[in-house]
Amino acid sequence: MYLYIKQFVLFVTIIFFASCREHQYAISEIHGNQLPIAPSESPTTKDSIQNFLEPYIKHVNNVLDEPLCYAPYVISKNDGRYNSSAGNLMADIIMMQANPVFKSRTDNNIDFVVLNHGGIRSIISKGGVSSRTAYEVMPFENTIVVVEMRGRAIRDLVSHLIRSSRPHPISGIQIIIDNKNQLSSVTIQGQPFDENRIYNVATSNYLFNGGDDMGFFKDRLQHFELQYLIRNAMIDYFKNIDTLKAGVDDRFLKLDTP
Amino acid sequence: MKRRSFVNKTLAASALAGFGGLSLKSCLVNSKKHITILHTNDVHSHIEAFSSAHASFPNMGGVIARAELIRQIRSENPNTLLLDAGDIFQGTPYFNFYGGELEFKLMSKLGYDAATIGNHDFDNGVDGLLAQLPNADFKLLSANYDFINTVLDGFVETHQIYIVDDIRIGVFGLGIQLAGLVPKDLYKETRYLNPTEIAQDMGRRLKEDEDCDLVICLSHLGFEYTSDEQRASDVQLCSATDYIDLIIGGHTHTFLEKPIIRKNRRGERVLINQVGCYGVNLGRIDFYFDSAAGQDSGGINIVV
Repeated sequence: MYLYIKQFVLFVTIIFFASCREHQYAISEIHGNQLPIAPSESPTTKDSIQNFLEPYIKHVNNVLDEPLCYAPYVISKNDGRYNSSAGNLMADIIMMQANPVFKSRTDNNIDFVVLNHGGIRSIISKGGVSSRTAYEVMPFENTIVVVEMRGRAIRDLVSHLIRSSRPHPISGIQIIIDNKNQLSSVTIQGQPFDENRIYNVATSNYLFNGGDDMGFFKDRLQHFELQYLIRNAMIDYFKNIDTLKAGVDDRFLKLDTP
Repeated sequence: MKRRSFVNKTLAASALAGFGGLSLKSCLVNSKKHITILHTNDVHSHIEAFSSAHASFPNMGGVIARAELIRQIRSENPNTLLLDAGDIFQGTPYFNFYGGELEFKLMSKLGYDAATIGNHDFDNGVDGLLAQLPNADFKLLSANYDFINTVLDGFVETHQIYIVDDIRIGVFGLGIQLAGLVPKDLYKETRYLNPTEIAQDMGRRLKEDEDCDLVICLSHLGFEYTSDEQRASDVQLCSATDYIDLIIGGHTHTFLEKPIIRKNRRGERVLINQVGCYGVNLGRIDFYFDSAAGQDSGGINIVV
């Protein structure tokens, strides 16, 4: 009997709460606002967050600002019509840093490099060059991909570069056009272009996946994802040299004759 | 619905037993409730405030100022939920250095309750996301990513019900189609399910089966695609479903001047909000509830 009463009390208690919950609530009014997040006059939470953050900020800044090499002049992607100092530097870095990786894995060499002009996001200022410079120039998590391409796809690639109004970075290839923008010659690794050959082209995974309208990468044989970030290739290169050398040269040349 | 009729019957039984009078009387008291929903989206690892020289957001953002604003609002109304609509990761070297550890630890310190998964939250792969989960004291919610064949299986919930001051709040997450947006070797065998169908089903479950007073969809679909109105977006989702009260969006980095009101499939008004990106804004939606007893039929007053 006692147990029965206990159960009954429990039952009624549950009903008491359940019934209270049961009369539903309904929305009567809604207010919506966007609040700007701006510095506060007297933040009281500041210390606990700041103390937590401090070692992280310090470490990141130490690593990012550690001087790696020196830029004797401004290196820009806008200092040439057909090639630029920043573009040439980027493409040459990919060739130098990625080729040993590619060769160790496949026993082949990279024939040439193509990147996109828009992928260079900042100039390199005169003075100290650090990892922060690499983050500014290359903020994206793009990796280096080597694509095996037939001669006919290379022809499409070269036509695209000629048609483009911007100097896309290249390395290992020389393209010469005449005064009417017609192709005059293509040289790859010092040898004349051979339509019947297969070439290994290094690029970014962004372009490889069709970014920036470079659809010719679809016409490919196999490809090798090096899982090497372009930014890390830059940082590795900066660590290995003292002074950057970069300039506009004749890798993409327009003749003033037919 | 079954639960409700059961309670009604047992209510009558308890009234007969002599205790019902008391419980009914206490229930008839007209009570008002106030729930505040705070939200961010696409913070993209922006932990420090922008510099005073920044062209678009001078001195704005930063986790310290965000923490302070949230603290102030919570001290006004402790009945507050804090949500994020995805793309927590990627955008500053903090992500590259620490892989999201810092973002999750800070969100935990700020007291986030839930977040949904953005495309950039896959940037270190499903394994990279899993590795950071021990740092998250909040729920990761996604109802339309099926992780069953990935390492994330069991670590992401479809929805969560929060009971705040007796108000039942159902929150579920939705993510964007990953194919073509995220490399497959990052999202691996994650399956993308139709967000409209999932949202309709989740909404119905939360409102009808789970008796939620408020249903919130945390979406990383994007605000609106005017070039393709059929493409899943917050605006499209709103008009194609029935049970959602608030859609908190992300992905398109849309700076809405104020939350917008759209009609759902039944013609009821739904609030959609998105606060741009990089932690420069905080969305605040205040819901006021009346108990059914004290409610008139004047409808909902929405002030934006």
